[in-house]
Amino acid sequence: MASKTLIEIVFHGRGGQGAVTAANLLATAAHQDGNKGVQAFPSFGAERRGAPVRAFARISGDEIHLRSEIYTPDIVIVLDESILDIVDVLKGLKPQGNILINTRKKPTDFPFSNQFHVATVDATGIAITHDIRVGGIPVVNTPILGSIPRILDRVTLASIQDAIRSKWEGKAELRERNVQATQDAYAKTEVNF
Amino acid sequence: MSIVIDTGNRIAAKAAIMAKPDVVAAYPITPQTTLVEAIAEYYAKKEFTGEYICVESEHSAMSACIGASAAGSRTFTATSSHGLLLMHEMLHWAALARLPVVMCNINRVIGPGWNIWVDENDSISQRDTGWIQFYCSSNQEIYDTVIQAFKIAEHANILLPVMVNLNAFILSHTSMPAEIPEQRTVDDFLGPYIPGWKLDIENPVTFGNIIGPDSYIKVRYAMQQAQMQAKQLIPQVAKEWKKHSGFFHGDLIEYFECEDAEYILLAMGAIGAESKIAIKELRSKGHKVGLARVRVFRPFPTEDIIALGKQAQLIVIDRNISVGNEGALFTETKAAVSGIPETSVQGYIAGLGGKDVTYQDIETMVEKAMTGKAAHQLWYGVEEDR
Repeated sequence: MASKTLIEIVFHGRGGQGAVTAANLLATAAHQDGNKGVQAFPSFGAERRGAPVRAFARISGDEIHLRSEIYTPDIVIVLDESILDIVDVLKGLKPQGNILINTRKKPTDFPFSNQFHVATVDATGIAITHDIRVGGIPVVNTPILGSIPRILDRVTLASIQDAIRSKWEGKAELRERNVQATQDAYAKTEVNF
Repeated sequence: MSIVIDTGNRIAAKAAIMAKPDVVAAYPITPQTTLVEAIAEYYAKKEFTGEYICVESEHSAMSACIGASAAGSRTFTATSSHGLLLMHEMLHWAALARLPVVMCNINRVIGPGWNIWVDENDSISQRDTGWIQFYCSSNQEIYDTVIQAFKIAEHANILLPVMVNLNAFILSHTSMPAEIPEQRTVDDFLGPYIPGWKLDIENPVTFGNIIGPDSYIKVRYAMQQAQMQAKQLIPQVAKEWKKHSGFFHGDLIEYFECEDAEYILLAMGAIGAESKIAIKELRSKGHKVGLARVRVFRPFPTEDIIALGKQAQLIVIDRNISVGNEGALFTETKAAVSGIPETSVQGYIAGLGGKDVTYQDIETMVEKAMTGKAAHQLWYGVEEDR
């Protein structure tokens, strides 16, 4: 799994959707898969619930010396489809880069699918199925992590599930629902490449 | 040993608690908040069994640390920006009273304009308080430096407070791997704090009482001697910790690709990490450049910088400005090499207010400096916005 190549990932979501937690869990999982250098960080500054937010992750086989923001991601992950109307999520995405979107649509429904590798998953539907909610609202950050191994070979579903289990240590029932949701997302992710 | 992937703030808290302080007194401020929250979690779980004093201001936080330290306690606190500035009077007090308080400062902008991002004006403006100052560039270095800070501060020949600086968000809120040793490794390395003197109701004495000019000048002289001795002790402690933990982040300076360098870049904090990529890129273009990441700003590594000045032309990036003059590292570097006529020092101000400094920015600055015309300090990233 480990490679020297640096992979840079940007999560787009709305404040409260757990983009930062997703980035952290991804970094933890990637480290377990032998990637010695990992980073996860929020977009810096004051975040507001519901406003568009970003979170970032880096994965590398070596120690990471970068301390600047990610401007040219390899992968973009969109937790909330409505963000597509107000944020240029493709900005800086590398040619042939991957974009994973939480949506009920298919990859080819997106006009940019001829330019980029598009993957889609109905993470909201999966969150509802597994009753992963905070304050009644479905939470998509953990389900969508299950889709990442489908578009990135540097991290395994098993490590993502381990990271989730460690995070919710002591809350067995909630933990297992999250793990099942990633399993479901992994199976249901559609890719056009 | 275990590897944790966590933020700089939480790793700093972990280190502080593993040093087993008797007293922590703190007041929350963005972006330090998650550090003191983590200590509160350790307290709630009884993994931190010392006193955790919730105070009403940073001035009180430092005052409580001073009182606790004077009573012989190992003492820790953390703050940032305006919080550090509110401590200013007591920072002098802690140092003049020779109290080995250890503090993390999360480098954050001073307002107005109100801004919570990184620059180093907060701690640089406290450089004359007598505190030893470290600047970290990774979460591993934060862990190792906080542990080392107690050893240095409490050393009988030093007895000065130590400030461990970490850049706002870039380190405080960024998760990176850090290797955490076993508790007994830290215990063996640090041992208990054995104060040479303390406030003790069984043995009542007065400290910090009124003294005349003849004595006061000796107080300052002794502080200066202790800071000069710290130049020897800090590298010793770093090497000793390496034997315990395996990690070494440099002496007063971390050198990177300096052996044959004709130009050496000096930088601090997170820019010092990002610069390593710039140096690799510049080397791949055939430029003989190296990096001297200044880890310790007080005591100032004058002798090490003289050695660099004898070898190479120097380029300095400051994430601070002493308004009316220059960036502090630039000024002090020039002063250090003033006796070497053939050495030029060129400087940049960059990254103030949290403005991102990428390795491409650093490459641009270094390449421009290598054309060698600027004798004064240049501002990077201002022109583009005009």
